Amino acid sequence: MAPGRYAILVNRKADRIMSLPNRDTIIAIGLLFFTGVLIWASFDIRSPDYGTLAPSAWPRSVLGILLVFGLIYLFQSLRASPGPESGEESVERGGLAGWFVKYRNPLWCYLIYFLFLASLPFFGALIGGILLVFLLLSVLGGFAPRKLLLHGAIATISMGAMWSIFTFGLRVILPRGSLFEAMGLSF
Amino acid sequence: MLIENLLGALGEIGNIQTLAFMIVGATAGLISGAIPGFTIAMAVVLTLPFTFGMPPAQGIATMIGVFVGGLSGGLMSGILTGIPGTPSSVATTFDGFPMARNGDPGFALGLGVWASFFGGIVSAVLLIAVAPQLARIGLEFQPWDYFSLVFFALTITASLAGQNLIKGLIAGALGLLIATFGEDDINGVSRFDFGIEYLQEGFAFLPVLIGLFAFSRLMTDVRDPRTATMALTEMQNVSIRIEHRRAALTVLKSWGNLIRSSLIGVFTGILPAAGSSISNVLAYDQAKKASKTPEKFGDGFPDGIIAPESANNATAGGSLITMMALGIPGDIITAVMLGALLIHDVIPSPSFITEAPVLAYSIFLAFFIANFLVLGLQSGALKLFVLVTRVRMYVLAAVILAYCGIGVFALHNIVSDIWTLFIFGIVGYILRNLGFPLAPVILGVVLGPIAEKWLSRSLAISTDVSMFFTQPWSLFFVIASVFSLLFTLYQRDRGKKPWTRFYPPALMLSLSAPLFMMEGVVRPVVAGGLIVFGLYLLYRAQKPQEVVES
Repeated sequence: MAPGRYAILVNRKADRIMSLPNRDTIIAIGLLFFTGVLIWASFDIRSPDYGTLAPSAWPRSVLGILLVFGLIYLFQSLRASPGPESGEESVERGGLAGWFVKYRNPLWCYLIYFLFLASLPFFGALIGGILLVFLLLSVLGGFAPRKLLLHGAIATISMGAMWSIFTFGLRVILPRGSLFEAMGLSF
Repeated sequence: MLIENLLGALGEIGNIQTLAFMIVGATAGLISGAIPGFTIAMAVVLTLPFTFGMPPAQGIATMIGVFVGGLSGGLMSGILTGIPGTPSSVATTFDGFPMARNGDPGFALGLGVWASFFGGIVSAVLLIAVAPQLARIGLEFQPWDYFSLVFFALTITASLAGQNLIKGLIAGALGLLIATFGEDDINGVSRFDFGIEYLQEGFAFLPVLIGLFAFSRLMTDVRDPRTATMALTEMQNVSIRIEHRRAALTVLKSWGNLIRSSLIGVFTGILPAAGSSISNVLAYDQAKKASKTPEKFGDGFPDGIIAPESANNATAGGSLITMMALGIPGDIITAVMLGALLIHDVIPSPSFITEAPVLAYSIFLAFFIANFLVLGLQSGALKLFVLVTRVRMYVLAAVILAYCGIGVFALHNIVSDIWTLFIFGIVGYILRNLGFPLAPVILGVVLGPIAEKWLSRSLAISTDVSMFFTQPWSLFFVIASVFSLLFTLYQRDRGKKPWTRFYPPALMLSLSAPLFMMEGVVRPVVAGGLIVFGLYLLYRAQKPQEVVES
């Protein structure tokens, strides 16, 4: 490649990176927005006629401090040059798709956990828990038939043990779920 | 009084059930401490759900078992694999691993076990002796002093931030903010509920803690699909007998190193935000400097194992001194313990030892007993550890995630707590990935309501804000807070920028002012001593400048 053409490409890439905001700048702006929303919400806090310290005083003090820190953080991030992880990394590794690939395990885990919570009133802690552990194990460890058997066994034994300890040992009434009740089982 | 309190504490702790829980806790601590990447703090956090069904003394005793076990457990993987189980055993690997590789793993483990034991006992004795004396000062405190003390503890978050001070401070402020959601404890008014029923009660401490700390940590551990499916450590079958007799005698012969390292550990523990991860390296360094044969260090020298292991266990006693005497957490583990006390409606404060002597002495006694239990459990835990190392990370993560959900549900028997766990699991993971430290968030969550309470009480007595600067103890903590905030900058610039030379004398001279304002003879004399020493440091600080100028 001719040196001149190489220089143009480098400059174009540099321009593209420079035009992307620093990651810390985005976080700082997000933090300031969040602080602003809560400061606004703090005016909705009811002030009773009693007490020397108004219920909104302490949260507003904390928000004031957070606002100052957020501004310092924003100022620092604007002064700093864009780091390799700001724009360059995401561009080189395929942007949003690359991000999904990189974080697919945590994203799966959060999704499965969300489903577990949403279905808890139906499945209950025992069946829901077994399904949660089984799905987590299979998503993280693989779906080979032998592994599925192993995951099923681990899920049943671990959740069964946990459920028994909390139900019979610590006397905690865990959510039974409408499915459990429909099956006519009670403890 | 001491005997009376100790006997009362023995009644609380000295029963089969509590001892059984402590044994389980210590074993769990030993195993979790031995697994690289599985921190002691996480083990203590995960113990919490089991403890709030117990009486306060029993619950805290169980957590202390986990704490002491975790500190000792790190040496197993450190010595056998060269990978420290926890940061508190980093220096142990310097000589422990070479000794094991040279064919003496049983002796290396024995040295670690006995040094940990003696270090723990030294700090337990100091804890019982020092904490009640220190706590007497707490009886003099007025609401202004309490608030300034909590404010000082909050500034510790700056020290916990590490390299990025502003991110640490933001994290601390976020913790304070999280604690303000829901009904306020003073007036009973709901805050930041946005008309949503779920937010009206606020966030319970435990789900926030487990979400931020454990849930997000597990997500980090399984992020990489390759490492998630690997065994916890690459260790083959080992059959090792710990050489107790030979090791105990060697440790006792090296008593100077043992005492020095233990004192380093206790002192580091007392200092807020300076934990066992610092003390073990510091003790190793001092042992090497004091040794007649420093060249032997690094090749499997016994003193190189004794120093870090005695120091890291002694740190636990030091951090408990701060917690018990002043009611402030010095690190993440004591923050969790204070949170556990709050769950049991025990408000930690400097008058804690005076107001709840039986519970306080139960904590002292539990720490003392835990060291004996861990000593006895090491051999069995070693076999268990070898078994646990074969487990794949993703298996452990999946089971613990389910346990987290059930554990937090048991707190109030409400499903919304699991949602809180889930939400803060996401928040914690985002904060981790954005480089925000999580320890300041936890400190903020624990200390926020306490700070608000004392501020309210102060203003109820007098609306004059100058009281915070005219009350001697309050002024003392305000000055300490300012220097605490500057400490990270001091650490960063020490030896590089001229202003750092004036930091220590300025600290001494500033702290002498409130001490002079106090009644009695001793404190003004201490203040005089601080002034003399501060002026001497000031004289020395100016000296190099003169040399450069000349």
